[in-house]
Amino acid sequence: MDWKETEYAGWGRALRAKGTVARPDTRRALGALEPAPAFGMRRSYGDAALNSHGRAVDMSGLDRLIAFDPDTAELHAEAGARIGDIASAFAPRGWLPAVMPGTGFATLGGCIGQDVHGKNHHHMGSFGQHVTEITLLQKTREITVTPGSALFKATLGGLGQTGTILRAKIRLIPCKGDVMVVTERRAPDWDSHLALLDASTASYTVGWIDATATGDSLGRGIIEEGESAAGIVKPRKGARKVPFNAPHFALAAPVVRAFNWAYYHRVPAHGRSLVRPLQDFFFPLDKIHDWNKLYGQRGFHQFQCVVPLEQADTLREMLVEIAASGLASPLAVLKRMGPGRAGYLSFPMEGYTLAIDFPNRPAARALIQRLEARAAAAGGRLYFAKDSLAQGAQIAAMYPELPDWQTEVAKADPAGALETDMTRRLKLRSAT
Amino acid sequence: MNSSWIILGATSGIARAVIRKLAAQGHGMFLAGRNMAELEAIAADCRLRGARMAEVMAFDARDHSNYGDLIARLRDEEGELNCAVFTGSMPEQEAIDTDPSMIEGVLADSLTGPATFLTMLAPLMEERGCGAIAGVGSVAGDRGRLGNYVYGAAKSGFATYLSGLRNRLGRSGVHVMTIKPGPVDTPMTYGMELPLMTTPDAVADDILNGLHRKTNVLYTRKIWRLVMGIIRVIPEPIFKKMSI
Repeated sequence: MDWKETEYAGWGRALRAKGTVARPDTRRALGALEPAPAFGMRRSYGDAALNSHGRAVDMSGLDRLIAFDPDTAELHAEAGARIGDIASAFAPRGWLPAVMPGTGFATLGGCIGQDVHGKNHHHMGSFGQHVTEITLLQKTREITVTPGSALFKATLGGLGQTGTILRAKIRLIPCKGDVMVVTERRAPDWDSHLALLDASTASYTVGWIDATATGDSLGRGIIEEGESAAGIVKPRKGARKVPFNAPHFALAAPVVRAFNWAYYHRVPAHGRSLVRPLQDFFFPLDKIHDWNKLYGQRGFHQFQCVVPLEQADTLREMLVEIAASGLASPLAVLKRMGPGRAGYLSFPMEGYTLAIDFPNRPAARALIQRLEARAAAAGGRLYFAKDSLAQGAQIAAMYPELPDWQTEVAKADPAGALETDMTRRLKLRSAT
Repeated sequence: MNSSWIILGATSGIARAVIRKLAAQGHGMFLAGRNMAELEAIAADCRLRGARMAEVMAFDARDHSNYGDLIARLRDEEGELNCAVFTGSMPEQEAIDTDPSMIEGVLADSLTGPATFLTMLAPLMEERGCGAIAGVGSVAGDRGRLGNYVYGAAKSGFATYLSGLRNRLGRSGVHVMTIKPGPVDTPMTYGMELPLMTTPDAVADDILNGLHRKTNVLYTRKIWRLVMGIIRVIPEPIFKKMSI
């Protein structure tokens, strides 16, 4: 059977779709299907992967690695290949994807469609800057896209609207081995947190932020810096699973405050260095399968914005509001980004990015919308991989190259066969 | 020591999950099946994921004429040989009822093809005194049922064959494991509503664990041992009136 009636959701599980989904396992099986939007492991939080009342193609079965050339460091793979699998296979041989997002379950196609970034964005830029070739399927025609073309820019971060991503070549970077030397330091407040991020010279840098801390402790957190290394550490055990939806009080304010206090204080005041398996550093949450169930049946939203460097105070004001709301979860990340981006709709800009999860409740939705307005006013941007609540008009103002993208998409998919819940909600293809 | 796995039916959904894990462990891979282009793609994937080497082999369960050549190639490969069998076909029982000549093909895919190959491979493995064979039967082989009894008969025959092979090869240090999966979420079953479904990845984990522990008969998911235990003891006078 090619198509299956099913209900499916984005990673946040707050937005869902009922529709028909196909899951081809070969190029030939894919070719037999009518054009429909494609998705990978559905790790985008909102509705980027959803097509309500329509068709969608699950690409996770098309995940073969095709070839690797050590001279050019180019890896050729099918779109469904997972970044974490690539890292596991290649790190012992001294290679890593140049950019890796926060989950190893993200697929090559997904990383292209969202032009994702990683903990090394300040040095290496976005995922798309290391893509050297993409093969798209437009209706029945295969098209090869290379950097420099308008179609390439429309495909990177292009939410799959320029055609189904079949295969791609990415450049890997050398690494010393499959372990990471990680340095963790406390940042007792907002100013020191930013100062540590600004001063960091490490290859990989990210800040965990305690979004429940207030007053003098506002903005406190832990700066993690990492470098790849050779060595032997105990490999991580098999991932745990979350067997059922957690009750709503599992992430109630006092629980989160207590957790965050403990998480902050587990790092000694003078900091510490440790050696960790690569996967633990890059994909810490993958240790728990289905961790999204911790937010219960109703799911959750992630708010992520980036604001220009000089607008750091906007993030501080956001944190004041978030901390006062008592709605934040332990998952909150602060990072300094460089300017690197590859596509018309790529998220990154030079500045600071803040990402925080909130349970899906009316108060949290209202809070997120206020945060979005603040980001917009500061000349910042929201991230399509995370968004589930933004307004179309807001987005159009944040992405000045939207018309360029629309021109290419109109040529690539004139019938609108690849539209998703997200492109319809944000009127991405029609906004002016 | 060199270790190699021969995979019969290497393009099947369960086989692909097992192959990926074996490749990551560094084994040499011989991928056997009919779709050579697809096998080549899987072989390239194996090499990139860590396999010592990966070769493809043309294998048709319904045509035994080249099995001698395949065995000759394997004789040249030094070290431990292992073999996993994933061949099989499950046409609708109604289709078979209209065209009984299909029975031969079903029996060839699940029973006579792989049994012929394994019988030719067995002396080589006995000589080397190591390695394992894992063959996929089915819970459908545990009792003939209305819905798929020709498929069940083929799988049941294969399970009996493996039981005898285990009896024989165990004496020379070769382990034989019979795998009995319940419904697995593969392209073959996509879109069907089936009970106690599991994923190819979970089945692959169970298979590798079972091989490690030298399990004789592996049910995956485990619950199927209990379910089939119950179904097997239902007295025939009652069972023949049931449709499960």
